[in-house]
Amino acid sequence: MMALGPHAAFIVAAYLITAIVLAGLIAWVVIDHRAQARALADLDARGVRRRSETAQAKIA
Amino acid sequence: MALIDLANPTRFLNLANRGLPWLVGLTALLLAAGLYLAWFVAPDDYQQGATVKIMFIHVPAAWLAMFGWALMSVAALGTLVWRHPLADVAGKCAAPIGAAFAFLCLATGSLWGRPMWGTYWVWDARLTSVLVLFLMYLGVMALWRTVEDPARAGRAAAILTLVGAINLPIIKFSVDWWNTLHQPASVFRLGGPAIDRSILLPLIVMAVAFTILFLTLHLAAMRNEILRRRVRTLRLMQAGAGG
Repeated sequence: MMALGPHAAFIVAAYLITAIVLAGLIAWVVIDHRAQARALADLDARGVRRRSETAQAKIA
Repeated sequence: MALIDLANPTRFLNLANRGLPWLVGLTALLLAAGLYLAWFVAPDDYQQGATVKIMFIHVPAAWLAMFGWALMSVAALGTLVWRHPLADVAGKCAAPIGAAFAFLCLATGSLWGRPMWGTYWVWDARLTSVLVLFLMYLGVMALWRTVEDPARAGRAAAILTLVGAINLPIIKFSVDWWNTLHQPASVFRLGGPAIDRSILLPLIVMAVAFTILFLTLHLAAMRNEILRRRVRTLRLMQAGAGG
């Protein structure tokens, strides 16, 4: 690791904040996707489907 | 594939499911390359020393904060003029990502300003106009949460977005129009970049990496929003059938 000089704390803090915010964004889309997929699976298990999916199920 | 083909949410979902793993891999590769160049290859600046490393995240964050609003403005036109079914989804999903990058631009700029300018903040045109951009992002996100019907919320948010787009040229040219502590444009300017290649290359790689990250997050968020609307529709159907 290179020397960061007298302002090392500012540099590290800037990268740390960036890492935290970007990790938060990634966590947001991942957690949200799981929640929506779970909700859809729950509805599907209770037989609540879109008309197009119900029609496809009947054809099959 | 034509743009109109993406009007079908199911087709869009299939495309997103296929494209996202590739985009995630590309983002990881570019971020790794950018961080390596920024931390182990790029030299310290002759005036700013090692604090120039903050530029490699501050400048891409600033570009993407503006890119996010520009994307929302195009989506707003898609909502109001072309009535594209996914336009308001695109607009809604870009807002929190754009807000995050605007926040990063402000936070990293502040951390860069303290050692270089002697202050975390000044109320000059560039800094204030970016703060206004951040607040506008929060306003659009609040508007989306205020109106329950996505179609009505989308139209209101689209109008607000187009009005807010006037801030983009103000941000870009604020350093030319007014006296400011902030330096003038040093990459996109007449006469070419004013930055040495050894620092410009890591900056470009980081900017491309952040852009691909933005697009990946946006695509993933759009997929989530389409699924959320399906859940909402199915719950309404269920409530209608039960009632």
